Amino acid sequence: MPASTPEQPAVEFRGVAKRYGSTPAVRDLSFTVGRGEFFSLLGPSGCGKTTTLRLLAGFETPDAGEIRLFGEAVNRRRPYERDLAMVFQSYALFPHLSVERNVAFGLEQRKRPAREIRDRVRAALELVRLDPGTFATRRPSELSGGQRQRVALARALVLEPRVLLLDEPLGALDLKLRKEMQVELKALNLQLGVTFIHVTHDQEEALAMSDRLAVMNQAEIAQVGTPAEIYENPRTAFVADFIGEANFLEGKAAGRPGGEAARGSLEGWVITGDAGSFVVPPHWAISEGGDVRIAVRPEWLDLWRPGCLPRGENGLPATIQDLVYLGETIHVRVTLANGRVMIIALRNEGQLIKPLPWNRGDSCIVAWRPEDCQVLEG
Amino acid sequence: MRRGILRWIARHPRSPGALLLGPGGLWLLAFFLLPILILLVYSVMPRGAYGGVQPGFTLEHYRRFLDPLYLGILRRTIWLSFLCTLACLLLAYPTAFYIARSGPRRNLFLVLAVLPFWTSSLVRTYAMIFLLRDSGLINRALMDAGLIQLPLRLLYTEGAVLAGLVYGALPFMILPIYASIEKLDPALLEAAEGLGARSWSRFTRVVWPLTAPGVAAGSLLVFVPSLGSFVVPDLLGGARQMMIGNLIQNQFGPSRNWPFGSAAAFAVMALVLVAMLGVLRMKGLDDEHGTSKGRGA
Repeated sequence: MPASTPEQPAVEFRGVAKRYGSTPAVRDLSFTVGRGEFFSLLGPSGCGKTTTLRLLAGFETPDAGEIRLFGEAVNRRRPYERDLAMVFQSYALFPHLSVERNVAFGLEQRKRPAREIRDRVRAALELVRLDPGTFATRRPSELSGGQRQRVALARALVLEPRVLLLDEPLGALDLKLRKEMQVELKALNLQLGVTFIHVTHDQEEALAMSDRLAVMNQAEIAQVGTPAEIYENPRTAFVADFIGEANFLEGKAAGRPGGEAARGSLEGWVITGDAGSFVVPPHWAISEGGDVRIAVRPEWLDLWRPGCLPRGENGLPATIQDLVYLGETIHVRVTLANGRVMIIALRNEGQLIKPLPWNRGDSCIVAWRPEDCQVLEG
Repeated sequence: MRRGILRWIARHPRSPGALLLGPGGLWLLAFFLLPILILLVYSVMPRGAYGGVQPGFTLEHYRRFLDPLYLGILRRTIWLSFLCTLACLLLAYPTAFYIARSGPRRNLFLVLAVLPFWTSSLVRTYAMIFLLRDSGLINRALMDAGLIQLPLRLLYTEGAVLAGLVYGALPFMILPIYASIEKLDPALLEAAEGLGARSWSRFTRVVWPLTAPGVAAGSLLVFVPSLGSFVVPDLLGGARQMMIGNLIQNQFGPSRNWPFGSAAAFAVMALVLVAMLGVLRMKGLDDEHGTSKGRGA
């Protein structure tokens, strides 16, 4: 065991940068991943998430900064000197080798005794729920996508790495299989105590599986946090928009709330925009007269008849544009006074027995509690 | 006749196979199979007094081919073809690897690789003579540099024949190997490295097995034509470096012994057939191995 103390994080990036030619692939990346954590790198294609993973794996060398694994700088180490294993997006199974030989590959390179290899390969296949008796001798070309995925996973896990890297591992699977594998990967992470670092562009997948995630955009990290922090407190418009759905509103900070809106302990600001005025909670980025942008999730909004707004809530007059039936929820699209469209997600309580009392063209009030909106930075 | 074909098409609208194969098949029948049959018949007939054959049946020509003189030529032919294949492989593999990994410039390199074919092989072989002869470029350069006093004997040696054969055959090795390397997924190499394979191990365990079909195809494309070559050994090897191709050519030319030429040609053909079956069998066995193991589960 290399000298590392328990309190050191599994992975640490300190100001890591990498450019290809004149285009930066990642800029000034700094983040840490705790031991045993399931950590996702999430972002649109070209945001630098795969480069980040490849830097960590050792297939790329950083131009600046330091990458540490369990407290040790690994910038100059070859991939096989880092005690980690990777599952490739395309799985990268060796087509000329049987499943058994694919999984055994790493152990054979490490010159383990034949008996140990056989036992560990068998155990790894069982771990990913592939019956060794059925699959050991098959070639990758004789497997389904999901089975190949499991072989790739077994090939990585058989080495008992301290960190497992997953590059869009579920991208090629159909929806049902993807959901199954999400649960299984998460279970393996808990069962083995191995740190998982997972790259994906699927925000739902990242929210469902991760302990924490980093949202990346344009070669930088936009925000790091738990799924709840990212979803409920997005710091920038990009994060709010990329993760889930969001309505955006802009205005100027007109002053401190007074009268009814100031009830309770809430300190904050009154924001005045061309769609109306609303109150937002206090935020360091707001100054008197400054521009303010907020995000509100569709499910945090409610609809009221004109003149029926509950006390203490924000309300903007609007007109119903249409209703979209999604099953679990119904999305109501409304137009504000300034022409901006907002989406309100209402819980479906049964359209056949208790239909929504709204029709196209109705006047309404879009309402939300001041603390349910997120003030965005920049 | 034409109406017959049309009627046949009308009756078999879903079997265009015969139509697709028809023209090529007829061509091969007329200009390949028929001459070979004639050759076979000639090879077992007695020699005519002034060329040609006489009626009768004899295996004398095949027996004559077993003479140590001719077997020696056959041995040299196989040896030179083998060396040529090996040299081509050693030269072509790294070249093909470089081309396959050279990004957008690879089309240029591929054109350069086949560029020698834009001139006739005869011209190219004469160019080799200008390089290799006593007063040729190589000897002149070495003497001017003071490295040698007398010209080296380069032309009319086994080495000269080998150089000529390799020159002509190299692209036939580069192209199939290039195709197989180009198909190789770079992620496989990264996967191997991630699993602990150093560069030599990545080559022997991943790259080589996956490009072996290209190597087999290239080897066949080089070895077989080398066996039958006669222009290169004739011009660069002279009388002492005779290959089987020269022997056959002689029998149909100056020696006027058509039956013996036919017998020699058939012997070479049998040899090629055995070599090809060997390669195919190797590949076939490998495939069978993979699938039968898989199905056995």
